[in-house]
Amino acid sequence: MTLAATAAGHGFLSPSGVEIAFVLVGIATLGAAVLTVTTRQLVHAALWLVVALGGVAVAYLLLTAEFIAWVQVLIYVGSVVVLLLFGLMLTKAPIGRSPDADSGNRWAALVVALASAAALVWVVVDAFRATWINLDGAAQGSTEASGRSLFQYWVLPFEALSVLLLAALVGAIVLSRKSGEGEAAAASLTNGAARAPAAPAPREEQR
Amino acid sequence: MTLTTTAVLVPLLPFLGAVAGLLLGRRAPGFVRPLAVLPTLAAAVLAVAVAVGQGTGPATDVATELTPTGSIPIDLALHLDGFAVLIAVLVGVVATCVQLYSTGYLRNDPRYASYAALVSLFTSAMLLVVYTGDLMMLLVGWEVMGICSYFLVGHYWETEAARAASLKAFVVTKLGDVPFLFGIFALAADAGTFRITGILGSVASGGLDHPTLIALLLLAGVAGKSAQFPLHTWLPDAMAGPTPVSALIHAATMVAAGIYVVARLLPVFAASAAALVVMAVMAALTMVGSGLAALAQDDIKRVLAYSTVGQLGYMLGALAVGDRGAAVFHLISHGAFKALLFLGAGVIIHAAGTNSLAAMSRMSGLARRIPDAYWTMTVALLALAAIPPFAGFFSKEAVLGAAEHAATGAAHGIPGAAGWTVLVSGLLTALLTAAYATRLWLRAFRGTGVEAPDHGRQPVVMNAVLWALFLPTVALGLAAPLLPEWFDGRSLAPTLTTSVLGTGIALVGGLVTYAAWRHTTALAARTPIGAVVAAPDAGPEAAEETAIATHAAVYGDNAGAADPADPGRLLLGPLQPHAAVGFHLDAVYSVLFVRPVRAAATLVRFLDREVVDTYVRGAGAAPRWLGAAVRRAQTGNVQTYLGALLAGSLVLAIAAVLVATGTGA
Amino acid sequence: MHLAYPAVLAVLLFCTGLYGVLARRNAILVLMSVELMLNAVNLNLVAFDVWLRDTLHAGQALTLFTIAIAAAEIGIGLAIVLLVYRNRGSSDIDRLRDLAEKPGAADGEPQPDTTAEAAA
Repeated sequence: MTLAATAAGHGFLSPSGVEIAFVLVGIATLGAAVLTVTTRQLVHAALWLVVALGGVAVAYLLLTAEFIAWVQVLIYVGSVVVLLLFGLMLTKAPIGRSPDADSGNRWAALVVALASAAALVWVVVDAFRATWINLDGAAQGSTEASGRSLFQYWVLPFEALSVLLLAALVGAIVLSRKSGEGEAAAASLTNGAARAPAAPAPREEQR
Repeated sequence: MTLTTTAVLVPLLPFLGAVAGLLLGRRAPGFVRPLAVLPTLAAAVLAVAVAVGQGTGPATDVATELTPTGSIPIDLALHLDGFAVLIAVLVGVVATCVQLYSTGYLRNDPRYASYAALVSLFTSAMLLVVYTGDLMMLLVGWEVMGICSYFLVGHYWETEAARAASLKAFVVTKLGDVPFLFGIFALAADAGTFRITGILGSVASGGLDHPTLIALLLLAGVAGKSAQFPLHTWLPDAMAGPTPVSALIHAATMVAAGIYVVARLLPVFAASAAALVVMAVMAALTMVGSGLAALAQDDIKRVLAYSTVGQLGYMLGALAVGDRGAAVFHLISHGAFKALLFLGAGVIIHAAGTNSLAAMSRMSGLARRIPDAYWTMTVALLALAAIPPFAGFFSKEAVLGAAEHAATGAAHGIPGAAGWTVLVSGLLTALLTAAYATRLWLRAFRGTGVEAPDHGRQPVVMNAVLWALFLPTVALGLAAPLLPEWFDGRSLAPTLTTSVLGTGIALVGGLVTYAAWRHTTALAARTPIGAVVAAPDAGPEAAEETAIATHAAVYGDNAGAADPADPGRLLLGPLQPHAAVGFHLDAVYSVLFVRPVRAAATLVRFLDREVVDTYVRGAGAAPRWLGAAVRRAQTGNVQTYLGALLAGSLVLAIAAVLVATGTGA
Repeated sequence: MHLAYPAVLAVLLFCTGLYGVLARRNAILVLMSVELMLNAVNLNLVAFDVWLRDTLHAGQALTLFTIAIAAAEIGIGLAIVLLVYRNRGSSDIDRLRDLAEKPGAADGEPQPDTTAEAAA
């Protein structure tokens, strides 16, 4: 615990290099996120999501959590976005600008979002404006440290999570198969179940 | 069987017969006639047995407490004396005759079962009234009779007249029953008991505090039930019921109940001279007015109805001069000949196919078609007109004798004014009675014109009943010397003055009417009027129903007919149109009561529909609008729900934070 | 580094995702916005873990778990969206209004209960 390393001597008007980099990355991430939720081209939204998620990965790196950052790139950028693009394709999403990408709730949603943002920013800034993260010393999120703690202290939830992933796998197959081909789908299901306990690997095979 | 058991069985048997008839009427039609006739016949026989057993001895009084009420107990009491047992015999005999007659008269009626059961119930209620020694039990029978009369008068409910008449009979008698109820309560409160013997005892000892008030309240109920002025208007209209029901109502039950109650409670009335005078005036008005009205009626049954009203006036007059023996004597003899008249009228209506005297007077040979009815009705009309030596003469002379007795001041405690009123109006009514009886006979049996239609012979049972009632009509006068032992002991023998006077006046009335008839009958051929609309071969009840339903349509009125050949028209002169409609009493009631009530009902209806219902409708509409408004929020769009949820939680969170910091600072 | 930077970035990302969830019509776009919100939470977890120097590395472990669960969620979610699309021919959330009372047809054809889940 390094609570003693407070913000004494660290002002907002004299940012460190890491902070400047974080702010720049943050602006890029936020901009990409805003474009994701506002663009009228559905495929572009998925691509802007890649940028936003990549920006978050960079933010992880700046926060010295390298393993998380790479997992983020691998799973989010590598699989989730691909999955979303497949989804767009399978639901015959229109290529190009679609005028009705936003529903009629847009203004109400905007009001709610802005109000929550104002309230949360106010609370967060009010609470943590003097808190300082000491990024020096041993990296908190190095692969070795993460691996040690994961397989030392978190091994039971980790194994439970593998069961959850298996359940999600079965559920996804059951939901997406067409009626009438149930036997074949059930047969292919047993293959995946045998390898389920392997850590994040099954995610690649969901689709 | 002891006397008490027998007496209890007398009202009970017809009641059980009525219940059984109502229960079995539809399932076992074969039992309906035995169930109608036999219990009534048995009750009549038992009533005779009770009369013989009771004899002229002291009154039998039996009582068992029915229920403790906290203040004045209600008893199941029997009180048998000469009045009660003789009237019970009359009721039993007339009811049996009516039931027998009905088996022929309503032989094709689909509702005969319920009809017969109601007649039995009616009889049972009247017998209860006659035998009971407790005013509350009397009231029970009194009200049961009211509801039975409603159903029976409305038996032909398909016709408008019958529906209206049944309602009228019910409402008007109830109008009298309300004061009657209050009178009974006041009487019981003063006397401390509902038992009649107890009440009479306390009257004798001067324990009654408000005799006039009580007497007048009771008199209102009696006027309603016994059809006395001014509540008599239901009785002529009640002719829309079947003829046997009319006979039953007029001869033995219902109207007799009022007279009987006054006779029972006569000391209560006698305690107040004012009540006696009111009674005498009421009787006088009723007698004379009904006599005039009877002379103007065209419907044969309405003539008889008004004559009943008049004869009841005689009885009430006799009570007003304090002679209940004469009143009950007249009640009994009148019961016999009036039942005969009505049942005979039923035969005539069936034979003629109409109930209109104007139509009958243009029909020849009606008397030959129905010889039994002709002869019996002739005698009964003579009895009605009080021609010696028939029953009506003796009983009416008893009434007139009592009135003369009171008028000359010989009666103790009876105002002379009451005596004179009854005597003068009684003599005047004797004239009128003879006149309308003669008119009825002449127009019904001495018509000229086309031959009466031939419906074949009347059912034997109907003719047999006529002859059975013929006997007392002729011979009851002979009982006059015997009856005082059963009653109060006062002589009922006719006195010379009133006999000569009454008979002479009656003869004058009859002769004048005959002369007028001779004068006008020539006009009959020149003025065709009247129509027989009943199907020639229809049953008696169908013929009567058609006649009732079409009378107003044919003659423009339910009561009268514009017939220049009518001797009554000549005799009454300018009075005739007013007499035909009962001296406009219905119109007066309509202005005085019906219209205000209707206006009030309209107002209440308006208030209910427009004012009260507005609130009710508003109570329904407001939640509906609210629901419609709330339903708009339910769009089915999950994003809307989620947005509202988040906004709400945001507001709550901010509020919580503000409260926390606000209180924390 | 001030904790406020990652915290504020997380807040803004979260609210952007919130706006997307509430405003987008296409179900897949809504899923993308959900991913944004999850990432905002992950960023918070990592930042606080680094700040607190947690010896158990609870924040980072939970971030990994969240990522795994998010991947499972996106798989199931997409399967549901595809199912809805197959059944209805549309993946527009504001056309899936079976939660509302239909005027005149209170009890229409029984809908699969996947509708609500897809919207969530």
